[in-house]
Amino acid sequence: MGTLTTPAVERENYLNADYGIKSWLLTTDHKRIALLYLISITAMFLIGGFAATLIRIELLTPAGDFMSSDTYNKMFSIHGIVMVFFFLVPSIPAVLGNFLIPMMVGAKDLAFPKINLLSWYLYMAGAGLMVYVVLTGGVDTGWTFYTPFSSTYSNTHVIGAVVAIFIAGFSSILTGLNFIVTIHRMRAPGMTWSRLPLFCWSHYATAVIMVLATPSVAIALTLVGLERAFHIGIFDPRLGGDPLLFQHLFWFYSHPAVYIMVLPSMGVVSEVVSTFSRKRVFGYAFVALASIAIAVLGFLVWAHHMFVAGISAYAAMVFSILSYFVAVPSAIKVFNWTATMYKGSISLSTPMLYALGFIGLFTMGGMTGLFVASLGVDVHVHDTYFIIAHFHYIMVGGAVMGYLAGVHFWWPKISGRMYPEVWGKLAAGIIFAGFNLTFFPQFVLGYLGMPRRYHAYPPEFQVLNVLSSAGASILAVGYILPLIYMLWSLRYGEVAVDNPWGATGLEWRTASPPPTENFVETPVVTWEAYDYSTVPEVPVAR
Amino acid sequence: MAEHVVPQKTYLWVWVALMLLMLATAGLSRVNLGEWSTPVALAIAVTKALLVVLFFMHVRYESQKMTWVVVIAGFFWLFLMLGLTMTDYLSRGYLGVAGH
Amino acid sequence: MHDSQVIAGEHLRPHFADMEQQRETATLGMWVFLVTEIIFFGGLFAAYLVYRSAHYDAWLIGSEHMSFWIGTINTVILLCSSLFVALAVRAAQLGQNKMCALLLGIAAAMGLLFLGLKGVEYHQHFVEGAVPGSLWRLQVPDATSVQMFFYIYYVMTGLHALHVTIGVVLLLIIAWYALKGRYSPQYHNPVEISGLYWHFVDIVWIFLYPLLYLIGHKKA
Repeated sequence: MGTLTTPAVERENYLNADYGIKSWLLTTDHKRIALLYLISITAMFLIGGFAATLIRIELLTPAGDFMSSDTYNKMFSIHGIVMVFFFLVPSIPAVLGNFLIPMMVGAKDLAFPKINLLSWYLYMAGAGLMVYVVLTGGVDTGWTFYTPFSSTYSNTHVIGAVVAIFIAGFSSILTGLNFIVTIHRMRAPGMTWSRLPLFCWSHYATAVIMVLATPSVAIALTLVGLERAFHIGIFDPRLGGDPLLFQHLFWFYSHPAVYIMVLPSMGVVSEVVSTFSRKRVFGYAFVALASIAIAVLGFLVWAHHMFVAGISAYAAMVFSILSYFVAVPSAIKVFNWTATMYKGSISLSTPMLYALGFIGLFTMGGMTGLFVASLGVDVHVHDTYFIIAHFHYIMVGGAVMGYLAGVHFWWPKISGRMYPEVWGKLAAGIIFAGFNLTFFPQFVLGYLGMPRRYHAYPPEFQVLNVLSSAGASILAVGYILPLIYMLWSLRYGEVAVDNPWGATGLEWRTASPPPTENFVETPVVTWEAYDYSTVPEVPVAR
Repeated sequence: MAEHVVPQKTYLWVWVALMLLMLATAGLSRVNLGEWSTPVALAIAVTKALLVVLFFMHVRYESQKMTWVVVIAGFFWLFLMLGLTMTDYLSRGYLGVAGH
Repeated sequence: MHDSQVIAGEHLRPHFADMEQQRETATLGMWVFLVTEIIFFGGLFAAYLVYRSAHYDAWLIGSEHMSFWIGTINTVILLCSSLFVALAVRAAQLGQNKMCALLLGIAAAMGLLFLGLKGVEYHQHFVEGAVPGSLWRLQVPDATSVQMFFYIYYVMTGLHALHVTIGVVLLLIIAWYALKGRYSPQYHNPVEISGLYWHFVDIVWIFLYPLLYLIGHKKA
C-alpha cells in the first residue's frame, strides 16, 4: 500500500487486463463474473420494481380502476417471482460473494471458475425466459404457484415461469456448491475457520441452504409443469391428489430461501459495523455459529406458511413452537452488532447508515415474525397486508439495505473509485424515509383486515394506501440515485486507495481494483479476524 | 498421491454381496412377512446402498472427513423432509379440531 | 520428467496449489452436487410416502401390475454396471487407460440395456392399459388411487431414466478421453467424479426397486 505512485485503477488490474466482449463473456475471473451478475440483477430489479409501481398506482384508489383483476394478479405474481428468484436470492451472493470470497480466504479464484461462469449463463437463460413470459402475457398464480390453480386452472404461462425458475435455481445451486467447496478447500495458509470474516461464515451458511433447499422447489415446480403438460394427478384433488403436498415441497425450500436472502446481508452488516466502529465484532464465535444455527433451524419451520391451509392442528402447533426458536440466533446477531458499536469509534459513512438501517428495520420485521409465528395471531393476519409488511421489512428494510451497504462499502475495491459521499448519505436517507412510509401503513392495514392480492378494497382503507403509495414513489427516487451516481463515479469519482476504510479483511490488503490473480503473493495469515492493530489509522473525514 | 487403490478382490466381493442381497430381497418379496415386508425390504436396500457408498464410491477410504459430513448431511436432510412432512399427514385427526 | 507428470502438470489449474488439492476439491464438489440430487428425488419419495400411507391397498394392486422380472433384471444390470465403473476408476488410478475405456464402455452398454428394458416395460404398460388418464383400461378397485400409484411410478422411473441417460453419455465421453490416453495416477478426477454420479443413479434405483416392485407378497 502506498509504495507505487500510480493509482491501482490506472495500473494493470482485473478490469483492464483484457479487452473486448469475448474477454467478458468467456471470462472465468470471479470478479468479472460478479460484475456480469451485477448488471443482470439490476436489470431484473428494475423489472420487479416496475411491477411494484403499477401495483401501488392501482392501490391509490379503492376501486379496481387502473387494471383488471386478472392483470393485477399478473402484476403481483411477476413482482414476487422476479424479486425473489431473480433479484434477492442471487443478489449479494452472486455479486459480492463471488467478488469477495476468494479474496477474503486468500485464494486466486473460486474452486470451480468455469462452473461459476456456467451459473451466470444459467441465470441469464432463466431471466431471459422469465422476461419472455412477462412480455407474452405473464403468469397469475402468485410467486407461490399454489395448486390446483397453477397446475390445472390458470390460463397463463405457468410452464414458462416454472422452467425459468428451475433454471435460475440450478444457477443458485452451482453458486452455493462453489462457495462451500471454496471455503473448505481454498483458504490461504493461516486462514483458519476462526479467522474467517463473518461475511464468509454467512455465505457458507447461505450456500448450505442453497444446496439443500433449492432441489425441493425444483421438484415441486417440475411436478406442476408435468401436471399442466400431461394432466398427471399428483396435486389434483379430482384425481386423488393433495394440493398440500405441493405446499410442503414448495415451502421446504421457500422458507429456508428467506434465510438465503437475509444471511448474506447479515454478513455485510457484520463487516460494515465492525469497520465503522473500528472495533472487532463482539462475540465472533456466537455470530458465526448463529449463522449456522439460522441455516439449520430455518429448515424446521416451513409449515408456518400453511397454518390455515389444512394441515393438522397438531403439526401446526409443532411448527409454531419451532418458529419461535429460529428467531433466537437472529436476535443474538442483533445484540452482538449493538455490543460491537458500544464504545466504538463510530463514523456514519453511507455503508454504516445502511447497516444501521438494516439493524433497526430487520429487528422490526423479525419481531413481527414472532407475532405471526403465533398460531392464534396468524389465523387472523394470514393473507393480509400484515404479512406483506412483515416480509418487506426483512427483505427490503433488511436484505436490500444490506446489499446497498455492501455495494457502497466495497465499491472502491470493485471499481477503484469512491462514490460521492454526500449523495450516498442523501440516498440512504431518502430510502429509509420512503421505505418506512411505504410499509409501516401496511402493518396497520393488515391488522385492520385488508387482504393481500386484491386490487380493490373498502374505502376506509384508502388513506393508508395512499400513504403507502406515496412512500413507494419516494423509495423509487432513493433507488434511482445510486444507479446514477455509482455510474458517474466510474469516470469522475475520486480515485480510491487500497484500503480507504481502514478495514481488516484480506481483500483490503491488495490493490483497488485488484489484479486478476487477486494477490501478487499468496498471503500468509498470522492475525485474528478484525484485528485493527494490523491496519493503519484512517483519517476521519467522512 | 495419497490415494488408496482398492484391490480388485474387494470390489468383486462387494459385488457378490450385492448379488446375494438381490436374491434375498427378490426371494423374500414372494413370502408373506406381514407387516415386516417393508422394513425387511428397506433394510436390504439400505445395506446395498451402504455397500455402494462405502466401497464403490470410496467413502470408506476417503481421506477427506468432509465427504462423510456431506453424505450424512444429505441423507439426514432427506429424512428431515420426509419425516416432518409426514408429521402433518399422520397427525390429521389427532386433535378433535373441526376440519383438521 | 516422467510422462504422466508432464500430463498431470498440464492438467493442474492455475488457482490450485497442487494436484492433491485439485482432486479433493473436485470430489467434494461432486458429492455436494449429489446431495442436491438426493433432495430432488426426495420430493418424489415424499409424494410416494404420502399417498402410500393413505392408499396402501391401491399400492399393493399397482405393484402387482409391475413386471417383477424386468424390474429385477434391471436392478441386477445396474448393480453390475456399478462394479464395472468401480473397476474402471481403479484402472484410471493405475494409468491403465485402455482398460478404463473398455470397462466404462461396458458399463455404458449396460446402462443402455437398462433403458431398453425400461422401454419394453413401458410398452407393456401401454398395451395393458396401465397408463393413467384417458388411456386407462385396468379393471381394479379404487382405480383413482391405483392411477395415482402409476403417476408416481412414471414420474419416478422417468426422472431416473433421464439421469441414466445423462450418466451413459457422461461415461461414453470419459471413455473416449481414456482411449486418447488422457488419464494417469496423478490425474483422473473426471473418471472418479463421473463414477460417483453413476453410482448415485444406481443407488436411487436400489430404493425404487423394492418400493415399486416388491410391495406386499405375491403368490409364487
